[in-house]
Amino acid sequence: MVLSDNDLQAIVLTVKLASLVTVILFITGTPIAWWLARTQSRWKGILGAVVALPLVLPPSVLGFYLLLAMGPDGPLGHFTQAIGIEPLPFSFEGLVFASVFYSLPFMVQPVQNAFEAIGDRPLEVAATLRASPLNAFFTVALPLALPGFMTAGILTFAHTVGEFGVVLMIGGNIPGTTRVASVQIYDHVEAMEYSEAHRLAAIMLIFSFLVLLAVYAWRPGSKRK
Amino acid sequence: MKALKSLLLSALLLNTPNAFADKILIAAASDLKFALDEIAAAFKKANPLDTIEIVYGSSGKFFTQIQQNAPYDLYFSADIAFPEKLAKDGFASSDVVTYGYGRIVLWSTSVDASKLTLQDLTDSSFSRIAIANPQHAPYGKRAEEALRSTGTWHLVEPKLVYGENIAHTAQFVQTKNAQAGIIALSLALTPELAQQGGYYLIPDSLHEPLEQGYIITKRASDNLLAKHFVSYFETAPVRALMIRYGFTLPKEK
Repeated sequence: MVLSDNDLQAIVLTVKLASLVTVILFITGTPIAWWLARTQSRWKGILGAVVALPLVLPPSVLGFYLLLAMGPDGPLGHFTQAIGIEPLPFSFEGLVFASVFYSLPFMVQPVQNAFEAIGDRPLEVAATLRASPLNAFFTVALPLALPGFMTAGILTFAHTVGEFGVVLMIGGNIPGTTRVASVQIYDHVEAMEYSEAHRLAAIMLIFSFLVLLAVYAWRPGSKRK
Repeated sequence: MKALKSLLLSALLLNTPNAFADKILIAAASDLKFALDEIAAAFKKANPLDTIEIVYGSSGKFFTQIQQNAPYDLYFSADIAFPEKLAKDGFASSDVVTYGYGRIVLWSTSVDASKLTLQDLTDSSFSRIAIANPQHAPYGKRAEEALRSTGTWHLVEPKLVYGENIAHTAQFVQTKNAQAGIIALSLALTPELAQQGGYYLIPDSLHEPLEQGYIITKRASDNLLAKHFVSYFETAPVRALMIRYGFTLPKEK
C-alpha cells in the first residue's frame, strides 16, 4: 500500500490536530467534568446541555457560525485583530479551536461519569486524613477515575480524527495546514481518484475499528467500583 | 368570485390524480443556483401542475452519484466533460447539449474589485484569496488557468484557500474571511451579491472555455416533463435570462 506525499501530509496533520486537541481537552475538560460531577448548582443542567450540544448539532451549524464569528466582522475576528494575530479560518489554529468545541463532550462525559462513580466516600475519607481538596483530587479522585480518562482520551482523539464538516467549512482545504485526512479522501472521491480514496479510507476504517476495540476491551476492567 | 373559482378548481385538480402532472428532480451545478431557480419559477407559473425540484452542488459529486443510479432526471453540469462521459457510459437518454458558457470574475467585498486586475492579487494587502478547488470544480480549474496565464500563479498560490464548490468559495469572500476570490459571473450578478462590491471580468482568453452541458438521464427516458423543461431552455425569455446572469449562449458564439 503506497501513499502519496499529499496523503501522508494529510495523515500527519490529522494526527497532529487530534493529539493537540486531546491534550487541550484533558486540561480544560477535566475541571468542567469535575464541577459537573460534584456540583448541586442549578447551572449544572445548563452547562451540561452546552457541553453536549456538539453531539446533536450538525457540523455545518458549527462551521457556519465559526466562519461568521472568526471573520473580520465577527466577535472572534475583532478579538484576533485586536491582539494582532491572523484570522482563524484557513489556519491550523482555527481547526484546533473548532475541534476543541466539537470534541468537548467526548472528553467531558466519560470523565464526569468516572468522577460520579467514585462517590463522596473516598473523598470524605481523604479529608479525615487531612488531605486538602486539591491533594484529595490528585491522589484519590484522579487515580480512581483513570479508566474514564483513558476512554475519554481515546474517544476524543478518534472523534477529532474523524472530523470533516467543520474543517470543510472553515478550513479552506490548504495542503499541510488545513487539509486533514477526511477532506483528502473527499477530494479523491470528487476527483474520481477512487483507488487513492480507497487506500486512505481503508486506513481510516481499520484505525477506527482498532480504537473502538480498545475502548470496548477496556470496559470490563473499568467495572470495579 | 373568479379567484374563488380558480382556487376551488386548483384544489380539485391537486386532489385528483392527473395524467398530465409530472415531476422531475434536477441536479445542477452551484453556478446555476440563481439563474435556474428563476427559470424553474417561470416554468412553474406556466405549468402549475408540474413539480420541479432542484439540488445544487458540485458537478463532480453529481457525476459520481448518477453513475450510482441516483434518482436525478436532468443533470446540468458546469463542465461538459462530465455529461459527455456519462453519455458515453450509457447513463443518458439524450444527446449532450451545451446550454451556455460560464465566465469567471474577480470579486471582493473588502475592496472595489472592478478596479482590480489579476496582477493586483500579488499585492501584500491580499493575504487570503479564495478559488474553488481546481481538483474537481470546473470554475476552480479555470481560475487556476487564468492565474497561470498571467504568470501570477506562483505568487498567489501560497495565499489561496479552496472552496468546495463555487458557492462555498463566494461564501469565503462574502464573510470577508478572504479579501478576494475568483467566482462565477452568474453568482456575482445576483442582486444580493452585486450589492456587496464590484467585480472584474477576467478575459476569457486567459483560460479554456467553461463549456457547460446538460443531459436527460437514462431513468428519465420516458419523462415528458424532462423533455418539456429542456426545450423551454430554447425559448427567448430563458435565453434572455441566461444572458442576464452572465452566460454566453452557444448560438452567439
